[in-house]
Amino acid sequence: MLLTIKNLHASINGKEILRGINLEVKKGEVHAIMGPNGTGKSTLASVIAGREVFEVTEGEITYKGKNLLKLPIEDRAREGIFIGFQYPVEIPGVSITNFMRTAVNEIRKYKGLDPIPAVEFLKLMEENKRLVEIQSNLTNRSVNEGFSGGEKKKNEIFQMAMLEPTLAILDETDSGLDIDALRIVANGVNKLRTKENAFVIITHYQRLLDYIVPDFVHVLFEGRIVKSGNKELALELEEKGYDWIKKEFE
Amino acid sequence: MATEVKEIITKERMIALFEKHRKEIFKNDPEPVSRLRQRAFDSFAELGFPNNRMEEWRNTDLKEWLGKTYDYHFRPLPGMDALKIFRCNIPHLDTAIIGQINGWYVSKDVPLIRLGNGMILGSLAQAFKEYPEIIGLHYGKYTGIGKNGLTDLNTAFAQDGIFIYVPDNVHSPKPIQLINVIQHDENIFLQSRNLILLGKNARLSLVHCDDSYNHQASFSNIVTEVHLDEGAFLDHYKLQNLNNNSTLISNTEFQLEKDAELVSNFITLNGGMLRNNTSVLFNGPHGTANIYGLYLMDRKQHIDNHVYVDHASPDCTSVESFKGIMDESSTGVFNGHVFVRKDAQKTNATQSNRNILLTDTAKIYSKPFLEIYADDVKCGHGSTTGQLDTESMFYLMQRGIGPESARMLLMFAFANEIVGKISIPELRFRIEDMVKKRLQGELQICEQCVLHCSTPEHPMEFDIDMSKV
Repeated sequence: MLLTIKNLHASINGKEILRGINLEVKKGEVHAIMGPNGTGKSTLASVIAGREVFEVTEGEITYKGKNLLKLPIEDRAREGIFIGFQYPVEIPGVSITNFMRTAVNEIRKYKGLDPIPAVEFLKLMEENKRLVEIQSNLTNRSVNEGFSGGEKKKNEIFQMAMLEPTLAILDETDSGLDIDALRIVANGVNKLRTKENAFVIITHYQRLLDYIVPDFVHVLFEGRIVKSGNKELALELEEKGYDWIKKEFE
Repeated sequence: MATEVKEIITKERMIALFEKHRKEIFKNDPEPVSRLRQRAFDSFAELGFPNNRMEEWRNTDLKEWLGKTYDYHFRPLPGMDALKIFRCNIPHLDTAIIGQINGWYVSKDVPLIRLGNGMILGSLAQAFKEYPEIIGLHYGKYTGIGKNGLTDLNTAFAQDGIFIYVPDNVHSPKPIQLINVIQHDENIFLQSRNLILLGKNARLSLVHCDDSYNHQASFSNIVTEVHLDEGAFLDHYKLQNLNNNSTLISNTEFQLEKDAELVSNFITLNGGMLRNNTSVLFNGPHGTANIYGLYLMDRKQHIDNHVYVDHASPDCTSVESFKGIMDESSTGVFNGHVFVRKDAQKTNATQSNRNILLTDTAKIYSKPFLEIYADDVKCGHGSTTGQLDTESMFYLMQRGIGPESARMLLMFAFANEIVGKISIPELRFRIEDMVKKRLQGELQICEQCVLHCSTPEHPMEFDIDMSKV
């Protein structure tokens, strides 16, 4: 088992958002987490990443057999957890190239490897730029600064490709994307899927799941996973909306 | 004996010193300089040193720094290994180097070099003797008398410094690097004076460095006058990397005639107490002045940037952008004053000061200030002070970057906006490197080389007259 979440409760400023999440993710799987707005989908991603504003009040997360909640943010990333953010932050003055080289090398250092040779790094950059169809000059620019919504999301997938995570959690990566960008993002994910990694796709709409076919679909509602199923569940949600779930569990 | 030893600096001591060494001080002066000296001395005797009851000095207190004991020299000191000091330069940067030790010009052959294109570089004291007519036209004109006690003190005492003259229509083929190294086995008080003149449509890049050779205390009161005649262009860099016992008062007065353009970049990496008084006067229309500054302070260091831009003519543009990172118990002041006179229509002026405070004990006093008497102008100012952005920190750490590296990346990015303005690539790389080292706490006061290159790639050929030093 790659990731096991047991009875996870988390709150922010004393307000409980997650109220007993249970989830298991194995290598090679793609999970979709769906649900109405404000039910805790992004909070779940933040807690897995280690964002400090959220307080875990109960439950546990085991990742690669380790107690994830004990690891600092950067070590979780170095162990292969990647979050594709819904709203990637703009960092003026830090070039994507410098950012990625630093990240790749810090991860390698953690694993006891030497820094990546410059030539190899540049080759990797080029390959991954092609993968997400981003213009080559983009990587000389500051991280996300002045990027369009689509460019920011493509940049997230680009970083994911560079860092080769074991568990990638994409938080509403599809929001605000036009159909072309959506296809590129989905295509990037599909190419990166292997037997050794896993994806958790957080999304509000079924749309992305036409391109990235999930093995499991979960519905998150009021801080709990209230329904799990296969990809058919996503289609059902698309057709009926979330109201029937709300009625059932309110 | 031309050396006075070990006393604290007081108005009375300076008055007594001046009277005692009058003959030595006036020795090289053409008549206009002598007259100016005397007037400046009289003015200093009235004004004295600034104190923090004065508005302009409210947040910068000189008392502690003036209160140390310092030697004062009326002649260059013998026995310094100048060759060793100026041994290296910026890799791959082809510059003409002019050296100063404790404010005194050092050279091997001639105190004043005349280049084939008409440029003159060298000792100000020598220029007093050889070019009294140029000196008479410009010297002291841009500082004036009575503006502040420290400048008057400099005008009264300064015996040497650097003189640079670029004739009309001459483009200096390479940047000039002016290096002042403070090197003395005792605490030292020095006052040097630089005069930089660009003729009509002349162009010059000037890199002006202040460095220390050891950890001895020093108090430098330096005045630099710069005149840009019509259509002239000056790319000016001031690099300050002094030891923690150094006090540096650096007054730079720029006057720009019609169509002149100035880019000035003040990079302060280290020092004890640093005050940069920078003033720009637009004496003709269509002038441009971009004044940038970056300061990286820690411990109990203090940095004060006072920038005064006088829009005395219409259609001029000025930009001020100063950024600072303050660590530990460092303190800083930014005081920007843009003065737009009644007839200076179509003035375009912006001021910005941004600071990052890394600790609760670091402090910054930021005061951007616009004073506008014309009605058709575009002016703006802004000041921000804050911590490193926690969202950015989280984003970087989520990609596997540890908190120390993430901090470093963000601080460097913040600083690099100013460093990125440096238009000489070799210099920019060097400064980037120095800023990185500074942020990582690795930048030492170089014991061998002013620009901190432990392995110079080209041995530096620098002409120094060993008999003079």
